[in-house]
Amino acid sequence: MSASARSSIVSWIIVGPFAIILAFPFYWMLMTSLKTNGDLYDVNHDPFVFNAAPAAPNESQPLKGHGWLPLGAENITTHNYGFIFHEPGIHYVRWLENTALVGGVVVLITLALALPAGYALARLSGRWGQSAGVGIFLVYLVPPTLLFLPLSRVVAELGLQDRLLSLILVYPSFTVPFSTWLLMGFFKTIPAELEDAALVDGASRLKALARIVFPISLPGILTVVIFSFSLCVNEFIYAVTFISTSDARTVSTGVPLELIRGDVYFWQSLMAATLIPAIPLALLYNLFLDRFIAGFTGGAFR
Amino acid sequence: MAAVAEARSKGGWRDTFEQRRFLAPLLISPAVLYILLLVGAPLVLAVYLSLTDATAGSLSGHFVGLHNYADVWHSENFRRALRNTIFFTVVSQAIVLVGASILAHQLVKPFRGRWFLRFLVVLPWAAPVALGTIGWLWIFESTLSVANWSLVHLQTGVLGHLGLHLIDPLDPPQWLGRPNLAMASLIMVHTWRILPFATVIFIAGLASIPAEVDDAARVDAATGLRKFWYVTLPLQLPIALVALLFGIVFTATDITVVYILTNGGPFNQTQMLPMWAFQTGIRSGSLGEGAAISLYLLPILVVVSIVMLWFARRAEVT
Repeated sequence: MSASARSSIVSWIIVGPFAIILAFPFYWMLMTSLKTNGDLYDVNHDPFVFNAAPAAPNESQPLKGHGWLPLGAENITTHNYGFIFHEPGIHYVRWLENTALVGGVVVLITLALALPAGYALARLSGRWGQSAGVGIFLVYLVPPTLLFLPLSRVVAELGLQDRLLSLILVYPSFTVPFSTWLLMGFFKTIPAELEDAALVDGASRLKALARIVFPISLPGILTVVIFSFSLCVNEFIYAVTFISTSDARTVSTGVPLELIRGDVYFWQSLMAATLIPAIPLALLYNLFLDRFIAGFTGGAFR
Repeated sequence: MAAVAEARSKGGWRDTFEQRRFLAPLLISPAVLYILLLVGAPLVLAVYLSLTDATAGSLSGHFVGLHNYADVWHSENFRRALRNTIFFTVVSQAIVLVGASILAHQLVKPFRGRWFLRFLVVLPWAAPVALGTIGWLWIFESTLSVANWSLVHLQTGVLGHLGLHLIDPLDPPQWLGRPNLAMASLIMVHTWRILPFATVIFIAGLASIPAEVDDAARVDAATGLRKFWYVTLPLQLPIALVALLFGIVFTATDITVVYILTNGGPFNQTQMLPMWAFQTGIRSGSLGEGAAISLYLLPILVVVSIVMLWFARRAEVT
């Protein structure tokens, strides 16, 4: 066996157990979301496979009869996914729309504020730019936990309770510092000679910015878009505090607060509702992870 | 550069505009103003509220000095929340540090299937935290817990033959219903959540160590632990400290995990400062007291930040 194959196996042996534990809850969500009530709520059933159980009339089982499938997969039902989308009184689609709207607008505000600031900090402001950059970075460490109480009053005074506008206005308070920091890191990697050449050719600084710097930094800007958006989807405490009507919720608060009612849990639908936003977000995240790392460390800690 | 200066000296307002000392503040100020308005001002407002008897109904309370801070300090729930917050943060971050060092050490070098493993490792951080926590709520469920099912079957299948009887199959552990187990569950979920983030930052730190350093270490015959202690660790320290700083701040001020998993229960035994501030300030409507509770976090966070960044800077210089 070659040395590289051996070291691969060692890496798998060490990382494998961690990967299993870290990813397990998502595997478990997927398993649960595909089970029928009769299967799930029987304590004698092996939870790691799909057991045959009498299905309710509305629990459609599209794979029934394919007994050769592993894990008893012929017994899965797709009913739970339909439930969250079609059940009257459950505003799941609305929550997804709200989340997309809030995230989208916040990303635009963030770019408008963080692009110029990040560029200026990276290029134009010399030595004190470094300190200002670290200062903005530290603002990101001021937690919402310290701010949600006073902001809840401000939101109430302005009559913004239960309106998405409250979230749209407040979320840039954490996306802007974070994005400015990342963008500063990206802009530093672009050689200043490129702009200087454009300036010599008579372009203004802003034109050089729009025509040369921003297009080159597009991958970095996309990274900021993805990560800012995901910060918005993640946000919980502001959304809980400012919004109390079901149809104005985002997905992070709607699912835990509206789909869990008292002692009644719709576990399978709950799991389906958490997986649907989590999977695409996780894929995008991983796609841009390397650039995120470059931006995060490119700022100052080198 | 002379050519650049010449190109710029075309005169007029544009020339002024192009000058660094005007352009830089102009580009930075919108972001700074927004942050001052939405972070600075609320922070000041929080301090003001904590000095008044304001309730959820109105902003204007009477000035009561440090009364809220004293009041809050003497509440048993507050003290428990403070102890819990510190304990929970220290333990989870200690586990995160060890785990992230091990993972980052493997994931920094290329091997077959690395992308796939890294995808799995990063999942908890990439998915929204509230939704991931619901997954754990289900794993810890009282009668249908997969954790308990696995433990019971592990016991009857393997451990029982070795004479190990750790749990009673008829009365399995109530993960979220017993104070100590609930605390352990919270630590577990938070470790699960922060570990991928710390790993990613550690990978960045390791990757930034130049290859020449490795070569030099090899020439000096430094290997294994010696190399880790004298070469890798000092070089990685600044960025590791930054990851730790983030981990501490995110953990100590988190409300999502405890809100969804235990809500501070059973009987306030897993109460944390942020959760208790929410309970007092929003649910009970005592805005002033709630603000005082959350502001107790501020000095702790400031000290931790200063210490961490000071060490990071020192490590960078030496």
